[in-house]
Amino acid sequence: MPSYVNPEKCDGCKGGDRTVCMYICPNDLMILDTENMKAYNQEPDQCWECYSCVKSCPQGAISVRHYADFSPLGASCQPMRGTTDIMWTIKFRNGVVKRFKFPIRTTPEGSADPTVGKPDPDLSAIGDNRLFTEIADGVTPATPENPVAIKFAG
Amino acid sequence: MGRIWSYNPGLECAEPEIVEMETDILLVGGGMACCGAAVEAVRWAKPAGLKIVLCDKAALERSGAVAMGLSAINTYIGENKPDDYVRMVRCDLMGIIREDLSFDVGRHVDDTVHCFEDWGLPIWKTTDDGKTIDGAEAKAKGLTLRGGAKPVRSGRWQIMINGESYKVIVAEAAKNAMDQMGENGVILERVFIVRPLMDANEPNRCCGGVGFSVRENKVYIIKANATLVATGGAVNIFRPRSVGEGQGRAWYPVWNPGSGYAMFAMSGAKLVLMENRFVPARFKDGYGPVGAWFLLFKARATNAFDEDYIAKHKDELKKFAPYSEASVVGTCLRNHAMLIEMKEGRGPIFMHTEWALQESMKNMDKKEFKKLEAEAWEDFLDMCVTQAGLWACLNIEPEKVPSEIMPTEPYFLGSHAGCAGAWCCGPDEDWVPEEYRKAWDDVGRYNRMTTVKGMFAAGDTVGACGHKFSSGSHVEGRIAAKAMIKFCLDNKDFKPTPKENPEELKKEIYGPWYRFQEFKNATTVYEINPNYLLPRQIQLRLMKIMDEYVAGIATYYQTNKIMLERGLELLTMLKEDMQKAAARDLHELMRAWENIHRVWTAELHLRHVLFREETRYPGYYYRADFPELDDQNWRCFTLSRWNPETGEWEMEKFPYIQIIPDPLGP
Repeated sequence: MPSYVNPEKCDGCKGGDRTVCMYICPNDLMILDTENMKAYNQEPDQCWECYSCVKSCPQGAISVRHYADFSPLGASCQPMRGTTDIMWTIKFRNGVVKRFKFPIRTTPEGSADPTVGKPDPDLSAIGDNRLFTEIADGVTPATPENPVAIKFAG
Repeated sequence: MGRIWSYNPGLECAEPEIVEMETDILLVGGGMACCGAAVEAVRWAKPAGLKIVLCDKAALERSGAVAMGLSAINTYIGENKPDDYVRMVRCDLMGIIREDLSFDVGRHVDDTVHCFEDWGLPIWKTTDDGKTIDGAEAKAKGLTLRGGAKPVRSGRWQIMINGESYKVIVAEAAKNAMDQMGENGVILERVFIVRPLMDANEPNRCCGGVGFSVRENKVYIIKANATLVATGGAVNIFRPRSVGEGQGRAWYPVWNPGSGYAMFAMSGAKLVLMENRFVPARFKDGYGPVGAWFLLFKARATNAFDEDYIAKHKDELKKFAPYSEASVVGTCLRNHAMLIEMKEGRGPIFMHTEWALQESMKNMDKKEFKKLEAEAWEDFLDMCVTQAGLWACLNIEPEKVPSEIMPTEPYFLGSHAGCAGAWCCGPDEDWVPEEYRKAWDDVGRYNRMTTVKGMFAAGDTVGACGHKFSSGSHVEGRIAAKAMIKFCLDNKDFKPTPKENPEELKKEIYGPWYRFQEFKNATTVYEINPNYLLPRQIQLRLMKIMDEYVAGIATYYQTNKIMLERGLELLTMLKEDMQKAAARDLHELMRAWENIHRVWTAELHLRHVLFREETRYPGYYYRADFPELDDQNWRCFTLSRWNPETGEWEMEKFPYIQIIPDPLGP
């Protein structure tokens, strides 16, 4: 079903008019019940199990119960996503547990510099085929080694 | 609470406010291509004093096909030549691609990958002593691609990454770029642009887009000089193998309904190779990736009796020479061999993960094997958590037992191993054949511009230019963005004047909700009403038609002229019924428009399959009445155009021109 919300942990992202899961879901599935101040998945069969809501929930209230059509019950994959790594705990139906930790980024959050330290290009180069980074690096884009022009059917 | 007229509502619809905006550049979409476009456009727009608006249907941080993450970058040229990259793309796509577009991607793509690494994406490296280290360890050791360090190749063109946050990082750079624009740069999240605006004064001229917020009742009319439509591929147009909850587990992102293809068609732009589809063979049900298993872990796939089905059908595949003779057999041909086994009752097809890992284990100590095991699981956890979950649900430990693989339902895309999309201008350079260039003389030679003036494409929406993947889509967005800036400077005096007035647009955009309001109490349940169809009902009918008549899984991907013509009749009636779509809330209004896009995409596909009288992509689909590949008559592009004046479809052939000399493949 995809993602589901534990009502004991979900606090509806108190006070806000939208919850984090609602903000992040790429398919507009998570929604806040403002009466109960709990979030829920409004269209479970359109959930990609992308885990965006699971990873971003500040209360750790969201998990996934894998698709009923083909997944026997009893197993789970639960992430803990930090600023540099993600930790996964995988529980098998038969009780086997595996844990993995992977890096997710090598720079501080928010620091991605779109200029990659290159100066803004001169507008006079707008008509050529170089991207702004290539201009700064003095790169001339390649052309085919031995271009031909052989016409086929049509 | 009463039981009639009840349902679980999404955010409420109400009479919408009209928001009109004007910009120089409108970016529609928020995936890799639009993020690339934003980064490049800002650099040029700032000195040029131009404005940029980006509309994403979702939240930029986790939108598009890379939302979940990826475990590899599939296009990095590195030590290879762009010429060979073009050969690979051409061979895998059965000999018909726009080699100018592919070469253009190949020559620029590494630059964009280097930016990803600068922004913080961890990229695996091979150390001098031949060991594999993860991207964080590599960065700590000062090993970068720019610095000449060696990436870990899982195939000739692919490099491995720790890509859980790939999209987060790429989106962050795009957002930071837009922030530098001050008030000239606007990102609108949760705004779904649903159709192009066409100009009242200049024919065949796009002047922006119109859509709505899926969070508040606002219709956005955004007038623009240049519009980039980079909205991803198309999913759930065919009935999927899983029809319950599992239909959400589409191989490609379930939120991509072909919006770009539909918007090009509506505007009268030409589309190319819309008969091309992708039917990936993936781990059954979970649709986890198989690339790393084949290429990195050297796993083999067999039929139920341990026979290598590619080797077994070598002679059959020869029918599709020369495409079957390349060093790597084309993706569709591998499917073709697999399908023969399945049809003849020798399934299931197994990926022998256990053989591969047991083989590796022989030469490894325990620690090394633990690392390999983690790499195998990361491949799923980075980009398809479901597959890891499914293995856990089924108690599958890959070092002990094999896993089933199976071809999925069909998908449409222009960036992965497929090439459906808009017919676009390429670079205006001497090595590009004149035929390609002069086709744009009426509207102007701007890289990645469609045949509609002012309307551009990138990523999945560019046709005949597949195998770009995430990095190629990003760089294609950058290429398009630079051309769009040039276009704006060359067309400074253009005053966008949409054909329709704001009230008319509002009525059209919110039409499904108005219809619901008008008829909702005509029956005692919202779901059964002779005056309208809900989005889900439209989608289910579409998926059934496509599956049964247009070569879906129901017929083992086979169709013929009569089936297609019958399918078209049914589809035409669905199109008529779609005028009676109803939406109860904002979420359903989004679904209603998504399905309008799906139906347009479906019709494009059907008409192209009908037009191409041969079997060009065996393993993806078969024209049972033309079962052979026919290079003599059909090694050419197929172009379609819906004429907005007459409502008629126009189909044509356009010659394929080889630019990179033989051999066919790399």
